[in-house]
Amino acid sequence: MNLSDFAKSNGLKEIGTRPSFLEYLKQVWAGRDFAFTMSLYASESANARTRLGRWWLILTPSLQALAYGLVFGLILGSLRPANFIPFLITGVFLFSFFSGSFSSGAKSITSSSGLLKTVSFPRILLPLSAVLREFINFLPQLALLPIVMLFFGQELTWDWLYLIPITLLMFLFSTGLAMISARLTVQLKDLGKLIPFITRFMFYTSGIFFEVERIFASYPEVLAVALLNPVYGFISLARGALINDLSMNTSLWIVASVWSVGTFLFGVLFFWRAEARYGRD
Amino acid sequence: MEETNSGNKPVVVVDDVHVTYEVYGTGKRARSPGVKLAKQTRMREVRAVKGVSFVVYEGETLGIVGSNGSGKSSLMRAIAGLFPATQGAVFTLGRATMLGVGAALLPNLSGEKNIMLGGLAMGYEKKELAEATPSIVNFSGLKEFIDLPMRTYSQGMSARLRFSIAASKKHDILIIDEALAVGDRQFRLKAEEKIRQMRQEAGAVLLVSHNMKSIQDTCNRVIWLEKGEVVMDGKPKEVCDAFIAFMEKGEDD
Repeated sequence: MNLSDFAKSNGLKEIGTRPSFLEYLKQVWAGRDFAFTMSLYASESANARTRLGRWWLILTPSLQALAYGLVFGLILGSLRPANFIPFLITGVFLFSFFSGSFSSGAKSITSSSGLLKTVSFPRILLPLSAVLREFINFLPQLALLPIVMLFFGQELTWDWLYLIPITLLMFLFSTGLAMISARLTVQLKDLGKLIPFITRFMFYTSGIFFEVERIFASYPEVLAVALLNPVYGFISLARGALINDLSMNTSLWIVASVWSVGTFLFGVLFFWRAEARYGRD
Repeated sequence: MEETNSGNKPVVVVDDVHVTYEVYGTGKRARSPGVKLAKQTRMREVRAVKGVSFVVYEGETLGIVGSNGSGKSSLMRAIAGLFPATQGAVFTLGRATMLGVGAALLPNLSGEKNIMLGGLAMGYEKKELAEATPSIVNFSGLKEFIDLPMRTYSQGMSARLRFSIAASKKHDILIIDEALAVGDRQFRLKAEEKIRQMRQEAGAVLLVSHNMKSIQDTCNRVIWLEKGEVVMDGKPKEVCDAFIAFMEKGEDD
């Protein structure tokens, strides 16, 4: 009898192999407390060493909006969208959640080598917890949005509640993207260097400070692609919900939903396929 | 302790395990002119473990000795399922928990929160962990520092805390990889006592150490690993003596 048969006949289980998908999901569920606690603590510790602490969660995107508002508000001149400040702030805030999730998600495996070397748990908890952390950091911004809207003359309507499903879709999409980029970054470290550029490119093409329809009007092909961009979809829907003069486009709901569910499902499968590969360096 | 393994149950079976690392970007030797740029970034394979087989039986405390870079930690990670074997297979009865000299989980957080996180990662239930926390803090002897961020801890202090978290729980298989090396003498003795006690409850304990006294005091069997292969497997005194003789001979060369 060889060793493997000896082990199996004594009821031992082989380890270090990728579990079945169902088994994997069970392990993920069992690790939910760990993922959630880690997100909460990581969010707490991120600004712990600064004087203003958690106020930075609101200050950073607000300052960003201010900077972009000043620069592009002047450059765009007459091309500036109506209700410019609510328009811009909705864009900048939502985009900050997307870009934060993307970059933390991509780093989630490569930056946790200490943890990977010492504790075994389903590795998908790391990108998941990274997005959860970004989401926790996004909550104060989400709470600030309605206040900004009221301050700049928007009226409170039932439509504002649509912000909840929009955020949910965005969370699904960001989680999927985090899982995909986390695996890719492990297998190809160079990708980590590209992520800031991809984010920048997304920022300038997702209509954060301009109206996609107006600026790309003379390039119908570009416009067609731009309208399929999920990030633009989330932001445009949020504006439709919050800004009284704008409405939510049905085709954007479809685009956003398909992207979110598709990216999430693909992300989970894609990440699980390489489970035995993480932490190997 | 005599080795009467025939009647005992196996808890760890290591079957012809190989561990190979792919290392990028370190292929160039320091100060070697004439080497082309392409060579620097080439991938290099490092074979850390080359065909190791052994069986650990219930109730055993197995010591692993070997010089630096002999593949001890790589083998332990393969057994813990953290770094799967490239070739061959590892079988365990239950879950293997690894206790190593890694960094703090989250350096900006207090020791108490690190207990929370480390405990959950180790498979504790939230409620169960909350109940165990006072005794973990107590055992670590770090009561007055427990509110401080872990980045302020010395190596020895964070090793204490990690050991205390791991020691508070019942483990199927416990792997201790040099985790006691940075602790002070008093804590090491306390930890060794705890390991002997845990051995009664755990399926098996695997202990990697450079401290031969510590190995002989706690283990009932020792494996000597060199260049990724098993050199000797037997009683602690015999293996440790052979290993020490080998190391001293190496120093004379």
